[in-house]
This record gives sequence, structure tokens and C-alpha cells, in this order.
Amino acid sequence: MIALRQLSKIFRTPTQNITAVDTMDLTIQEGEIFGVIGYSGAGKSTLIRLLNMLEKPTSGQVSVGDKNMSELSGRELRKARQEISMIFQHFNLLWSRTVKQNIAFPLEIAGVPREERNQRVNELIELVGLSGRGEAYPSQLSGGQKQRVGIARALANNPSVLLCDEATSALDPKTTDAILDLLTSINKQLGITIVLITHEMHVIRKICHRVAVMEEGRIVEQGQVLDVFRNPKEEMTKEFVKQITEPEETMEAIEELLKDSKEAPVVKLMFVGEDAEQPVMTELIRTCGVSVNILQGKLSKTQHGSYGTLFVQLQGEPENVEAALRFLEDHRVEAEVLKDDK
Amino acid sequence: MINDVFPNVNWDSMWEASLETVYMSLIAVAMTFVLGLILGLLLYLTDKGNFWANKPVHAVTAAIVNIFRSIPFIILLILLIPFTNLLLGTMLGPSAALPALITGAAPFYARLVEIGLREVDKGVIEAAQSMGAGQGSIIMKVLLPESMPALVSGITVTGITLVSYTAMAGAIGAGGLGDLAYREGFQRTQPDVTFAATVAVLIIVFIFQTIGDWITYKIDKR
Repeated sequence: MIALRQLSKIFRTPTQNITAVDTMDLTIQEGEIFGVIGYSGAGKSTLIRLLNMLEKPTSGQVSVGDKNMSELSGRELRKARQEISMIFQHFNLLWSRTVKQNIAFPLEIAGVPREERNQRVNELIELVGLSGRGEAYPSQLSGGQKQRVGIARALANNPSVLLCDEATSALDPKTTDAILDLLTSINKQLGITIVLITHEMHVIRKICHRVAVMEEGRIVEQGQVLDVFRNPKEEMTKEFVKQITEPEETMEAIEELLKDSKEAPVVKLMFVGEDAEQPVMTELIRTCGVSVNILQGKLSKTQHGSYGTLFVQLQGEPENVEAALRFLEDHRVEAEVLKDDK
Repeated sequence: MINDVFPNVNWDSMWEASLETVYMSLIAVAMTFVLGLILGLLLYLTDKGNFWANKPVHAVTAAIVNIFRSIPFIILLILLIPFTNLLLGTMLGPSAALPALITGAAPFYARLVEIGLREVDKGVIEAAQSMGAGQGSIIMKVLLPESMPALVSGITVTGITLVSYTAMAGAIGAGGLGDLAYREGFQRTQPDVTFAATVAVLIIVFIFQTIGDWITYKIDKR
């Protein structure tokens, strides 16, 4: 659906050249939700703007569908952009227009007749859950509602691709989840390919099928979300994965326990996929004769299955503890014995 | 009683002078709005990073605007006499004041328009571009509507300046309240006429301001 070939974008300033996107190759499949994660300055905003040519590439190719975006200009490019819509972190609604008029805006640009326009607007208001708010102005809406208008506006011309530029970064956690649910259902119902950029692993975890981790204009790691969670290879990826699996306070909380970890090791267990839903721990206690002190646990759902982490302290005879660790390995649970660093 | 306070005021000529002032102001405001809008758009669009970014055009436009904004209006009136003569065949009467009024006010308004347009969120323009909007639609459907409250409050301020300019234009024969106050009030030492003309000007200004504020309030949905 979307293919990038040796794509580069260099911003030239009098004092230095900044390479925002560095000879990137990337393929995004039709109908998938593809996430790009990275810290600010990694070049993800530039990357997403290269997809609809809001930024012109310095070199390389961008193709979306059967169109080579980098070769289009003028009218053809504007036509192509109607197929690739975009939502924004700060919504970018026209404050001088009502919700309905905002949603009608891209239809006006596409030259859709008034009658048809009104009908389409009403459908979209229904779809994004804003019934009854059609006559309100953006200033009268909450952040979540504004983003819903943004989404309705983006869907107006039946695009095949939806680009999300940090679409939930200005929203609170609850609203973020509601908007993510809406995006997931749009992806399922309408089969739209969604490309999103974010700095929150939570967003990736919740809705993406595949993820790419971006650093200094390059993709350092990419793959199925669950695979990347299970087995992050790069330092950067591990940091992002930790956002989800290891709440900050975890390490502080277990630090005390690590001091006498010689006799009773503290183990971090990672469960992936179906294993995450099996009663492995019960089995372990029964067969290995150790007692298990559960310190903290977390189960996260991704689009391809569950992913869990559990921090436990194993107490018992040394050989039983050994046996318990072997047992875990046999059951495809990854175990990492934590050491006292201090 | 009112004739005791204003013994020398001829109310018919006061009314006529008021109408002349309103006529001059209204036509000048309308023309200034159009011309200032075009100049302001040109200033904005040719600026760095915008659609028609063009250093020479921007510099020349900015220079013209600055020059005409800096010439004291009374001097501009005199400078433009030959031009007005050429254009209208006379330099007397309310209509003859119009070229000078517009030349004086349009550059001032152009700057206000430019400031208003700059206030439009770049993100909204980007959003319109991402939908495939061309430059024409972005100007007509995004830039102008989104900056409308600033454009209206700007023309209100300019309109009030124009009312005071008409008074100056009166001094060189354009008619209106300024002319009345100068000839009947000052030259014939009838301070009550000057005072009455002042009140009339104030009323006109007050009405302008009220209408301008009301429209701004109505269209500002931020």
C-alpha cells in the first residue's frame, strides 16, 4: 500500500544540515495499523509529512497505492491527497466553522454538491459519535470531541490511508483510549490503512499491528507489535517497551527485596501470547515445592494477543528454586533473575 | 434653549456637513477595506515561508506601505492634489478627498491585515493542504474567514482614523465637519460652531466603533 524507497529529507540551514529522515526503506501493508514510535526529534513528524508530500523529499521515492507521490505536482497531487487524510495533535479545526461545516470542508474542496455533502456530514457525525453537536463551534468542545471532528473530517472523502500525527498526545488517558477505540473500529469497519506516529508505547500496544522504532531519522527496529514486545533488540526499543511492562515504581519497590536475593531470588517473568492466559504459576507451586511471593504483575493486550510481566520472589530449598526456573523455561515463559546492582 | 448654547450654529449646514463627512468616511472605508486587504494579503503571502514567498516583491510592497504610512496626512493631501485633479477634474468637494483618504489609510490597514493573517494557525493551513486544497481555496476558505475578527476590528480602527482624516481634508476644501469647524468656527471666531462640529464627529466615531465591535463580537467564535 505504502512503500518508501531510499527516502531522505535533509533540512538545510545556513549553519548546518539536519537529516530528519535518512535513506529509509519501509513497506506498509494495506489495511494494517502501522505505528512509528520515537522520541521528539527522531524525525517521525517529517516522515509522516513525507507520505502526503507536505514535505518534499530530498531524495528517494514515496508511493501510496499505485501513485508515485514524489512525482506528482499541482492538481494531481491535490487529487491524490484526498485519498490520504490526516489528523493532528492539535486538531487543526477551523474555529470559524461549526462542527458540520468543519466536516464539510474537505467535501467542499473536492467539489461535492451541497445535497450530497449534507448527507455525508450527517453520516460522519453519527460514525464518530457526535450526534447533536453538529451546530457547536470547536471552542465549545472538549479535546476528545475536537479530535472526533478531526477524524470525521479526515474520513469525509473516503480516503484509503489515514495519517495520525500524535493524534492522542494532547488528550488525557481516558479520552486517548476512547479515540484509539474509534480508530480501531474505523480500521476494521472501513478497512482504512492507518499510519500513526507517537511517543507513547501505550498507543502502539493498544491498536497497532506492526511497529517501527525510529531514532535519528532511521528505523532501528520493526516488526509485529507482540514480537517487538517479547524480544526487543535495540536499547531504544527496550526503553519504550519498559514504558508498558515496568511501571517506574516497580524497581524502587523491589529494591529492598533484592538485598537478600541470594537465598530468595527475585524473578521477572514474561508471558507472551496464549501462555499469558494459562495458569502457569499454580502449576509451578504444585510441582516444584517452592513458595512464590508475588510482588507485581501486569497484563497488556495487543492486537495480536496478550503480553504479561510478573515480578515474583521464589522461596524454598536451592534445588527446588533451580527446578522452578527450569520449569518456567520449559513452559515458554521467559525468566530473568534480577540482581542487586548496588 | 439649544439656540442659546449654540447661537451661531446653522443646523441645516451642520447636518449637511455631517452627511458629507459620513459619505467621505464610508466610501473611503469601503475602498480601504478592499485595497488594504489586497495589499495585506500580498504582504503576507510574499513573506518568507508562505505561498508566494518572494523577497523582492515583499520588500517593494513593504517599502510602499511604509512610505505612505509615514507621510503626515495633511502633507499627503497637498502632494496628491495634482493626481486628484487628473483623476476627478477637480480638487474641491467630498469626492475629491477620496484619493488622498484611501492612499493614506490603505497602507495602514494593510499592516493590520498582515498582522491578522499571521495570527492564523499554520496547522490549520497545513490541514487544508493535507485535504488537497489549492491556494485559492486556502485564501478564501481558511485565511480570510479565520482572520475575520481581526480584519473587522482593524477596519474599525482604520475607519475612525479616516473620520479624523476627513476633517483635515476639509481644511483644503473637501467640505464636511472639519471644513465647517475651520471656516465657520475658527475663521469667524464662533467657538460654538467648532464645539457642535466636534460633538457631531464624536457621535459618528461612536457609531462606527459600536457597529465594528458588534460585528467583531458576532463573528468571533474562538
